[in-house]
Amino acid sequence: MATAKGATKPNVSKEELLEFYREMLLIRRFEEKAGQLYGMGLIGGFCHLYIGQEAVVVGLEAAAEEGDKRITSYRDHGHMLACGMDPKGVMAELTGREGGYSKGKGGSMHMFSKEKHFYGGHGIVAAQVPIGAGLAFADKYLDNKRVTFAYFGDGAANQGQVYETYNMAELWDLPVIFVIENNQYAMGTSIKRSTKSPSLWERGAAYGIPGEEVDGMDVLAVKAAGEKAVAHCRAGKGPYILEVKTYRYRGHSMSDPAKYRTREEVQKMREERDAIEHVRTMLLTGKHATEDDLKAIDKEIKEIVNESAEFAKTSPEPALEELWTDIYADA
Amino acid sequence: MATEVLMPALSPTMEEGTLAKWLVKEGDSVSSGDILAEIETDKATMEFEAVDEGVIGKILVSEGTEGVKVNTPIAVLLMDGESPDAAPAPAAAVSSPVETREAPAAVAAAPRSEAPLELEVPDGTEMKATTVREALRDAMAEEMRRDETVYLMGEEVAEYQGAYKISQGLLDEFGPKRVIDTPITEHGFAGIAVGAAFGGLRPIVEFMTFNFAMQAIDHIINSAAKTRYMSGGQMGAPMVFRGPNGAAARVGAQHSQDYAAWYAQVPGLKVVMPFSAADAKGLLKTAIRDDNPVIFLENEILYGRSFDVPVMDDYTVPFGKAKIWREGTDVTIVSFGIGMTYALEAADILAKESISAEVVDLRTLRPIDYETVIRSVQKTNRCVTVEEGFPVCSIGNHLSAKIMTEAFDYLDAPVLNCTGKDVPMPYAANLEKHALLTTKEVVDAVKAVTYR
Repeated sequence: MATAKGATKPNVSKEELLEFYREMLLIRRFEEKAGQLYGMGLIGGFCHLYIGQEAVVVGLEAAAEEGDKRITSYRDHGHMLACGMDPKGVMAELTGREGGYSKGKGGSMHMFSKEKHFYGGHGIVAAQVPIGAGLAFADKYLDNKRVTFAYFGDGAANQGQVYETYNMAELWDLPVIFVIENNQYAMGTSIKRSTKSPSLWERGAAYGIPGEEVDGMDVLAVKAAGEKAVAHCRAGKGPYILEVKTYRYRGHSMSDPAKYRTREEVQKMREERDAIEHVRTMLLTGKHATEDDLKAIDKEIKEIVNESAEFAKTSPEPALEELWTDIYADA
Repeated sequence: MATEVLMPALSPTMEEGTLAKWLVKEGDSVSSGDILAEIETDKATMEFEAVDEGVIGKILVSEGTEGVKVNTPIAVLLMDGESPDAAPAPAAAVSSPVETREAPAAVAAAPRSEAPLELEVPDGTEMKATTVREALRDAMAEEMRRDETVYLMGEEVAEYQGAYKISQGLLDEFGPKRVIDTPITEHGFAGIAVGAAFGGLRPIVEFMTFNFAMQAIDHIINSAAKTRYMSGGQMGAPMVFRGPNGAAARVGAQHSQDYAAWYAQVPGLKVVMPFSAADAKGLLKTAIRDDNPVIFLENEILYGRSFDVPVMDDYTVPFGKAKIWREGTDVTIVSFGIGMTYALEAADILAKESISAEVVDLRTLRPIDYETVIRSVQKTNRCVTVEEGFPVCSIGNHLSAKIMTEAFDYLDAPVLNCTGKDVPMPYAANLEKHALLTTKEVVDAVKAVTYR
């Protein structure tokens, strides 16, 4: 599954490649900063970083249109940045501050943005799958031609509610794309130790749902697969499954000792398959950008991330009265 | 010898039914397994089969007869060679119903409850006898007419017309887009409904019973109840989870649990448990309009019971407002849902012994109308709580603590909690009767706190 480096795909413009580079880099730098703030004790609790998987959300967001919805698990920072949420609001939520997307009441795992059609941020493994199908149910009911991206991992793929949802999504032709982000480890359990299924997307066949495997380290391949899935859903043909093969470089959460895989395995992925390096090489060998151009982007991203960290440190803690608000709609 | 064919009980709670149609006539030979008649229960129309061989000697109850009590002879079956004259005289139509446990039988026999003291309905409003079942259906139909985003989903709600016939007629009126049969997959469809609520709809999710909602409780609590808070108020789940809760009759441990106290514990949920048909209607309409997830706990035994319901264009009942069904001076009996049947019966019995009980129906368990309870206890100085659920961490336990905290100096006796027993529900009729709350226990508790 090696991708020919530097082979610029015909369906991509220079501007788009630069945008992919910028967006993926933003996620990576943001996550590195989050890891740093966690180490400083500014972020507490669970914090699941997305480093290594950036091409998945960036590629799929490129296939989405305004108004389409997305929902994911607790490894959600990348999804929020990719759909255009403000890095300041995301980082301030990680630090539990008033300026966070949930006013500091949700934390890393529970963030939402109605404006950006981002429906969480769910801490219970696989719970977002039926909820995502429900968002699609509402769109179909209201006849507004929207598509929902419901992201979940290879670990969630063994939850029963995923298959209950597959069954109803296909039965009712719901416009939902099930995105299995297969990063090959459910916390510390490798996919080989959790299932004998040779592939996860093929399980959809039992319910009549088409799908495919996608190289998740290649943002262009992800975008192309996303466009196909979106077209399927928008045409009213029901759900579609994308099993995106990816890899997380960091531990499951910040407290993961990572004894379940070798340092060499991680290093090999980083060196040979890194999604950002892939785009960087395409930009340089295709003469779409110079080293200096990319350095300028790096600098710009670094500034955005530093600003978000600064905001997250200085935004005040929520007022104590916030303890008692937002429990009920009429409260 | 001639045998009587008796009106059958075709569901755990059936006490009477309509003999819709005879499929045999006098003189017909039948063998076991032949369909004799169609019988309409409050839930469904069922075919009734012959058990014995013989000739139909006499049909005792003509087709179309309504309200035929279970165990009433409906025909006489003759053995070969017998003449119709050998048939026993038809039993009186008032033959006793099949033996059921004390409480439901008493429920069915109870007169229509007296009007509540609290006035929510303008004077002179016409009242119409309505069953709880019809009231719930009417509430859903009215709200579905009012708001296009309200829809109903659940097992057997559409084509089957509802496992307990609550959704009867809704598919015809609103079509399959808004009245949706789901596969048997509570966890999945509860999650889908939460997503639909996030996405702008107002789902009503029917659980065939709340016992099955345990498969879905993660979505009810983690997804529906907590999202408004976790999102800093950006989004929530305006929806209703409804269905029968608590014990029906003889359905054993896995179908008989009362979840009132479970759900009442969770911030972010509202919890409703109506007793009367008027409250069932008015509270369900309020629940559907509420922007929060509402747990609406019904009761199978109450479904068939009639109450006066005001004939009004838009009858709603607010949450968090208890109803005083009966004023009294010696003791406050606080209950809700089917517990009210024991509370009201006990109050009747106590009145004959010159003990005046005030009976308070909480109606909603989150929010709870503490004020009405405390005010009543301050007047009577004694309190007994009544509910069918388990005794540990019950609603009664909570009220006891609240009353102790806020009205300690007014109490002349400890608050007593009458509950179901601390056992899984047994199947055997005699054991089940003991596992459930009884009116006698309520009467005894009141006598204990009034030192009589």
